[in-house]
Amino acid sequence: MGVKVHGLALSTCTSRVLTILHEKGLDFELLPVNLLAGEHKQPHFLAKNPFGQIPVLEDGDLTLFESRAITAYVAEKFKENGVDLIRHNHLNEAALVKVWTEVESQSFHPAISPIVFQHIIVPMRGQTPDQAVIDANLEKLAKVLDVYEARLSSTKYLAGDFYSLADLHHLPYTYYFMKTPWASLVNERPHVKAWWEDISSRPAFKKVAEAMTLGQN
Amino acid sequence: MAAIKVHGSVISTAAMRVFATLYEKDIEFELVPIDLGAGEHKKEPFISLNPFGQVPAFEDGDLKLFESRAITQYIAHEYADKGTPLVIRDSKKMAIISLWSEVEGQKFDPAASKLTFELALKPMFKMTTNAAVVEENEAKLAVVLDVYETRLAQSKYLAGESFTLADLHHLPTIHYLMGTQSKKLFESRPHVRAWVADITARPAWNKVLAQQK
Repeated sequence: MGVKVHGLALSTCTSRVLTILHEKGLDFELLPVNLLAGEHKQPHFLAKNPFGQIPVLEDGDLTLFESRAITAYVAEKFKENGVDLIRHNHLNEAALVKVWTEVESQSFHPAISPIVFQHIIVPMRGQTPDQAVIDANLEKLAKVLDVYEARLSSTKYLAGDFYSLADLHHLPYTYYFMKTPWASLVNERPHVKAWWEDISSRPAFKKVAEAMTLGQN
Repeated sequence: MAAIKVHGSVISTAAMRVFATLYEKDIEFELVPIDLGAGEHKKEPFISLNPFGQVPAFEDGDLKLFESRAITQYIAHEYADKGTPLVIRDSKKMAIISLWSEVEGQKFDPAASKLTFELALKPMFKMTTNAAVVEENEAKLAVVLDVYETRLAQSKYLAGESFTLADLHHLPTIHYLMGTQSKKLFESRPHVRAWVADITARPAWNKVLAQQK
């Protein structure tokens, strides 16, 4: 069909997009972007994403950036393919998917991404992680996960008893977070732990996770 | 008794996002005031509506929602045929609206809301502004607004030639920042300036502001 993703398989945000493409069983081409060479800041790339970030998706004459806008587009366009990630025939369930998608964006992501960045990316640049930043965000993440623990004791997944885009969006950063010394934040919360084990063992994600090798020598 | 209720405060940026959407769609609703100063948002009965203890919370019949941008999207789709169209059915056009909505949520708001807190809200509560935070976030917001300037030279609104949810989501923080030193960031970029003037002049937005009087 000609869907192209410009990005890198080990990148969190690219992985978010690759996961949904696999969930939907879609053919696509992954075109690597050479971040080390600064390709993402070159004019030909900025023409696709003026913020100079991966991933970018091209579907015919449509060019999209922002991974969560890309996943929303794929989920909607291919809503009849594979698992229904947006509950398009159930308006109330669809609304709850949006609620927990926003929770990931607004509460989960801002806490977990600095931890992953400091622990995994910063050393790759030859610098020392800022423990104060890590500690402050571990505290925030713990509070968010307390709410998740309570939520997931009444529903199997975040938006209800069905896997949805809201759960999928958590996969890439949590995958890397579970390789840090602070995985106990997940493992000590039984419902969060069970949810994590369930969503991270989905075949579509396992395929993507094979290439998520950041921080490995 | 209205089927639609918004639990929140008329000065809360997130609640204002929801009010703006309801006024654009000409939908009746009941405002249930939440006393943030008294910590009402951190206790029952509010916390059952939003376990994160933040305003707004929203009810439409027996559907209960939180997160302002999830609420606005619900309203825009559920009441698509009422009032101002804020979303588009065509999936490619909708993707562009989603894209600029994500830009607001991921890039504009983190810097803009920190500036709003430091420059607009802290003074209201007699707290001291942190100059370093202001400097850092004005620099970040400037980078984002440079992209907006280029974008808004190509189209009248962020997602195309029509006002959509992507533009609306910016209104509350822009409103506060235009009353602070950070207004210079918007005024020094001609296309951004024109866009701000346009969207803040909308009658529905002025109804949101009238709630504060």
